[in-house]
Amino acid sequence: MTPLSTDAAALRLAMVGVGKRFGATAALDGVDFALRVGEVHALVGENGAGKSTLMKVLSGALALDAGSIQLDGEPYAPRSPAEARAAGVAMIYQELSLAPHLSVAENVLLGAQPTRRGIVSWAALRARARALLNVVGRPSLDLDAPVATLAAADRQLVEIARALARDARVIVFDEPTSSLGNEDVARLFALIRDLARRGVSIVYISHALEEVFAIAERFTVLRDGSSVASGRTSETDASRLVAAMVGRSVGELYPRSPARPGEVVATVRALAGERLPREATLEIRRGEVLGLAGLVGAGRSEFLRALFGLERVRSGELRILALDGPRTPTERWAQGVGFVSEDRKSEGLALGLSVADNLVLAGLDRCSSHGVIAPARVERDARAWIERLGIRCLSPRQPVGRLSGGNQQKVALARLLHADADVLLLDEPTRGVDVGSKAEIYRLIDELARSGERPRAVVVVSSYLPELFGTCDRIAVMTRGRLGPARDVGELDEHAVMLEATGAGR
Amino acid sequence: MTNARGASTRFLASFGPALGLAATWALFAAFAGSDFLAWSNQRLMLEQTSVVGIAAVGATLIIVAGGIDLSVGATIALGTVVGAIFLRALWPPWAAALGGIGTGLAVGAVVGALVIGEGARIVSLALGVVIGAAVAARANLGWGVGAGAASTLVLGSLARRFAPRIPLSPFIVTLGAWGGLRGLAKGLGDNQPVYPPSSHALEGLMQPAASGPGAFVAPSVWILCLVALAMAWVMRYTRFGRNVFAIGSNEETARLCGVRVERTKFWLYVIAIGCAGIASVLQLAYLSMGDPTTAEGYELRVIAACVIGGASLAGGQGSVLGTLIGALIMTVVDNGCTKLGLDNWVQQIATGAIIVAAVALDRWRAREQT
Repeated sequence: MTPLSTDAAALRLAMVGVGKRFGATAALDGVDFALRVGEVHALVGENGAGKSTLMKVLSGALALDAGSIQLDGEPYAPRSPAEARAAGVAMIYQELSLAPHLSVAENVLLGAQPTRRGIVSWAALRARARALLNVVGRPSLDLDAPVATLAAADRQLVEIARALARDARVIVFDEPTSSLGNEDVARLFALIRDLARRGVSIVYISHALEEVFAIAERFTVLRDGSSVASGRTSETDASRLVAAMVGRSVGELYPRSPARPGEVVATVRALAGERLPREATLEIRRGEVLGLAGLVGAGRSEFLRALFGLERVRSGELRILALDGPRTPTERWAQGVGFVSEDRKSEGLALGLSVADNLVLAGLDRCSSHGVIAPARVERDARAWIERLGIRCLSPRQPVGRLSGGNQQKVALARLLHADADVLLLDEPTRGVDVGSKAEIYRLIDELARSGERPRAVVVVSSYLPELFGTCDRIAVMTRGRLGPARDVGELDEHAVMLEATGAGR
Repeated sequence: MTNARGASTRFLASFGPALGLAATWALFAAFAGSDFLAWSNQRLMLEQTSVVGIAAVGATLIIVAGGIDLSVGATIALGTVVGAIFLRALWPPWAAALGGIGTGLAVGAVVGALVIGEGARIVSLALGVVIGAAVAARANLGWGVGAGAASTLVLGSLARRFAPRIPLSPFIVTLGAWGGLRGLAKGLGDNQPVYPPSSHALEGLMQPAASGPGAFVAPSVWILCLVALAMAWVMRYTRFGRNVFAIGSNEETARLCGVRVERTKFWLYVIAIGCAGIASVLQLAYLSMGDPTTAEGYELRVIAACVIGGASLAGGQGSVLGTLIGALIMTVVDNGCTKLGLDNWVQQIATGAIIVAAVALDRWRAREQT
């Protein structure tokens, strides 16, 4: 790996020795980051390595304590996100920040409407929005449609167009592909390359290293608040990058004990939901991990949610353990079926509540007698699971929203274990989770199904094929609402799954 | 792909409430007959709508921004008392009208300042006024004004420097104003209505002229139309108006995009509650007295008008036209029930049901859209 670059040729952004402390802990400690004009630069690191803090400094949400930042040779110290925007530094966040009720055109030019003496010129606004949508490669988007009605990919384009409206010189993409399907990802990458050619400097943050190698020319690795490596992506590889990120080599990322398929715990025949899935037939067995692959929107989540009673079932047979037919989530928990939502922030966890409260939420009867909760038992159970899963938090009373994504996800998983679930339905269990936590989650999944003292049934929905191949014993592919047969991973490869998922393989 | 469908649902969004109004009107026309259908009754309904209508047009701005105003009725009552006191002092009618409108603007400024967390400045202004008044009472008016202004400036800059900014939710602020302003009105009126001298020019606002072009409808209806047109224009064509929508839809995004969120919020409360001030002048004209207990429950009628008209209490959605239609629907129900000889309790149940049904329809439509 090459040493930190000090090449000053055409530097757009130069961060030198940037530091930021919160009380006694240093969130950033000597970060050097050099972003050139018109390059795509990947910023990688585990959650908690300081990426988001660094980006908050860059976007004006936090002020730095040490070091300096220069933007195109000028000192750069924004006091608010609005100032950063005005200086030409824009963020495209994971949770898109648009005004859902306003039209596409207005969102593109929000805060920058063409006006004369305070009066908006709608003709100019529409023309300018149209021009910007052309630049992002979506000229046919309905200017008057409320943004709430758009697909995720289009919303993202609106947000990019908005950054361009302010003549952004630096655009930061934070996990931009997390809610996109493969085609949209390809389109986004083409756009990012196009923007870079136009001289915009791109900071690309992602946990998916394939993406980093596909899109970025250079990279910088953050670890424990410091920049530890930087260089050209063409001169390194994934394992060296991961080693730099974790500071140690991640042994086996996907541990795999031999499968020990046992009794069938769930039988599904020709299940159809209100809209999705259209037809799903499946058997879920104890002692194995079953993967559901498919494109985003194919109906995998809806299927899992239908099993758990979160989506209406229109027709078909469904039997889980001893219970026939669709049931409510309350009944599912009671019979030992647990579910982890793909949307941790709005559905999976109550972010304002403590780690302990979240952890015992589904198994409150274990910590109570006759409906009265015993706080000591809550605390004891929470501590036990925090230790067992290695959840890094200050105390069980810390609000779960303060934890990193990986630790939040471990809380969500611990909830299932605390409720003593036998059938675990996991929807995108490693979304927004850092590499280290991912490895721990994979190990946990392996243990729950295959190596623990009690074999459980685990179903994993994931859009990340290496993960499915790494963790699952059998994989079934959902294609436009229809679930294909589950097959052993040995009989499949990623190419075949992709073909089937896109409908080309049938 | 979604264009045609999107356009048709947007069409429904603007015409849904209008269809509701037409249906309600037709229903009563069918059952209540000529009594309801007479032009004089149509005119009466328009006039009956004017007070709530103007206040509701203002409140649309607040609700679109994601706020709420529970103090409309109290503001109107206070406005009638202030206006009546001016008339009693034999000031000209226009001064009384300005008194009512000024009351609304002042209440709006206080509410707006508290909502954005600048309450300390309001306190320093109030202290400045008290100090000024005290000095004026002991020395003369000039000294009083000087002392008041100076102390306001000093306290204001101290507040700016040292007092923490504590933004409050509009629900809480206006809940406080709801009680506080009625108390203030009672205090000003010495616990009873304020009677101005018998006949004054304001009374003409709520009655059509005996003849000539003014005989068509009362001036209050024209005032409602003017206020509504102005507000619709502001909300559609000014940067301020569009920023109000952006704040209601996603406040953090608006801030990120450089919208001056606090400043916009302050002014929207001033303007919106200023409309309640205009409504108070009409209410004074209607009652011919300042009554601290008048306009009871108007705050809920105003909110209902906005909601029936398609505004969302979560912000980001709403229109002046919709609000006007919402206000008219409630008037038609009240008036029609009266014409049918139904008791007041039936009216109230009907109005309540319409509010819930309108919102349910709106949600259903929104779900169809996605």
